[in-house]
Amino acid sequence: MSDVAIVGIGIHPFGRHDLSGMEQGAVAARAAMADAGVEWSDVQYAFGGSAAAGNADTMVSMLGLTGLPFINVANGCATGGSALISAYNAIKAGAADVVMAIGFDKHPRGAFDPDPADFGLEKWYGDSGLMLTTQFFGMKIQRYMHQYGITRSTLAKVAVKNFENGSKNDNAWRRKPMSEDEVLNATMLSEPLTQYMFCSPGEGGVALVLARADQATKYTSKPVYLKSAVLRSRPFGSFEVFNSWLSPDRGDSPSVAAAKGAFEMAGVAPEEISLAQVQDTESGAEIMHMAETGLCADGEQERMIQMGETSLGGLLPINTDGGCLANGEPIGASGLRQVYESVLQLQGRAGVRQVEDATTAFTHVYGAPGISACTVLTV
Amino acid sequence: MAEQVLVAEGVFTWPSDEPQLIGSHFPESGVTVFPRAGTCPKTASRVAEDVLLPRRGTLWSWTVQGFPPKNPPYIGTESPKDFEPYGVGYVQLADQVIVEGRLTVSDPAQIEIGMEMELVVVPFATDAQGREVLTYAFAPVASSPVNGVPS
Repeated sequence: MSDVAIVGIGIHPFGRHDLSGMEQGAVAARAAMADAGVEWSDVQYAFGGSAAAGNADTMVSMLGLTGLPFINVANGCATGGSALISAYNAIKAGAADVVMAIGFDKHPRGAFDPDPADFGLEKWYGDSGLMLTTQFFGMKIQRYMHQYGITRSTLAKVAVKNFENGSKNDNAWRRKPMSEDEVLNATMLSEPLTQYMFCSPGEGGVALVLARADQATKYTSKPVYLKSAVLRSRPFGSFEVFNSWLSPDRGDSPSVAAAKGAFEMAGVAPEEISLAQVQDTESGAEIMHMAETGLCADGEQERMIQMGETSLGGLLPINTDGGCLANGEPIGASGLRQVYESVLQLQGRAGVRQVEDATTAFTHVYGAPGISACTVLTV
Repeated sequence: MAEQVLVAEGVFTWPSDEPQLIGSHFPESGVTVFPRAGTCPKTASRVAEDVLLPRRGTLWSWTVQGFPPKNPPYIGTESPKDFEPYGVGYVQLADQVIVEGRLTVSDPAQIEIGMEMELVVVPFATDAQGREVLTYAFAPVASSPVNGVPS
């Protein structure tokens, strides 16, 4: 089986735009092809998805009717990650040599307003005001802070760091640095999380061109190897969004298994990672996901974040492009944005955000109803 | 007085002076879920029995809903300026199950993980027909050593 390399990356800036979500996806696709030096007719397989901006395969009318197989992927917040895993598997299986993974989205303003029935819930759950993802995030970090001594200051510092990183990223949505006091004193949305600790639904597109590793140097002088891509759904006892009950017999998050699987498949230990992108739907999520993915022990985040270890220039920079907090969350594109940033960093193309001597990167997405996708990338 | 209506039938016992949530217990796995369900999420067993859950438990985690939820799915029709933040929490009922529900308190200073809570049925919103909608919620137990303030 061939190994898999990423040989081209493209992005449409995140934020709010006049273009449709799908057009933003097409912009990213053209940029990724230009980066790899390939034409659409060279792409043999494509996987793509969006949650709210249409069927990805419709994009062939913008890119060219070449007749390639284009499979739509719909996996909530892991849509991009699932497209990437599908592309990875297509190359591994020998079904294609050059494959595109693409994700894009365009959401209305404000919090998501999901239908209980889509999540297997009875109507009363939504009627009674419990169908809000923000409540889950508030309650998960509230419990975690109680158990592991994480402070509100640390919650705020995650947002401060990600906005600082976003200020150094021309493709980010929110590029204005913010102080710890500004974050702490903002409107309280869901205790203990304020407005600026949450990311917002947004817009954007990302595309990646993948190729067989043994052919990668045809397309780029610095291929980045996708050493592993692993998706997991929730095990019994995990704590997820939209749960009307939990088992007192507590279990792990799906992120634990996805990250463990990704590290094992790559043959890389968490200690070897140069930088990481982890799902920061809100500040607390970044903190908890650091431990769930094995990047640190539970409770260690308090010291690490207070000491600036996860900032650019720190021992383990996290969310170097500003994460979801600075980029917003266009669901279909979000997981691929993490990979885009990792490739930039590993190729030494991250400009003022560049992490020195970056050789190994880790990405992690998480979403409803309890799914996680992780990758390990190396040069 | 406005007409009252339940948010749903079969979720809690009502009318009752001592309302209880109705869940399902799966004897094969020992798992209890809320609300009622036909399949055990742990073993996929389809042998289920209805179970009335304990009325008291301890607060496992909590938050306060600080902005008006979108309608739909929320049934409440109050304008954003009339919106009152409400508490939401998970309450552990013995070692059986941890259930989610609204709290009758919303002041963070009055809420603490570990405090004792009791099930009540309360009006929480006015629907599009002008009826008061009732649901279950958890109220701090007056004698709870954590909050200490008789209500």
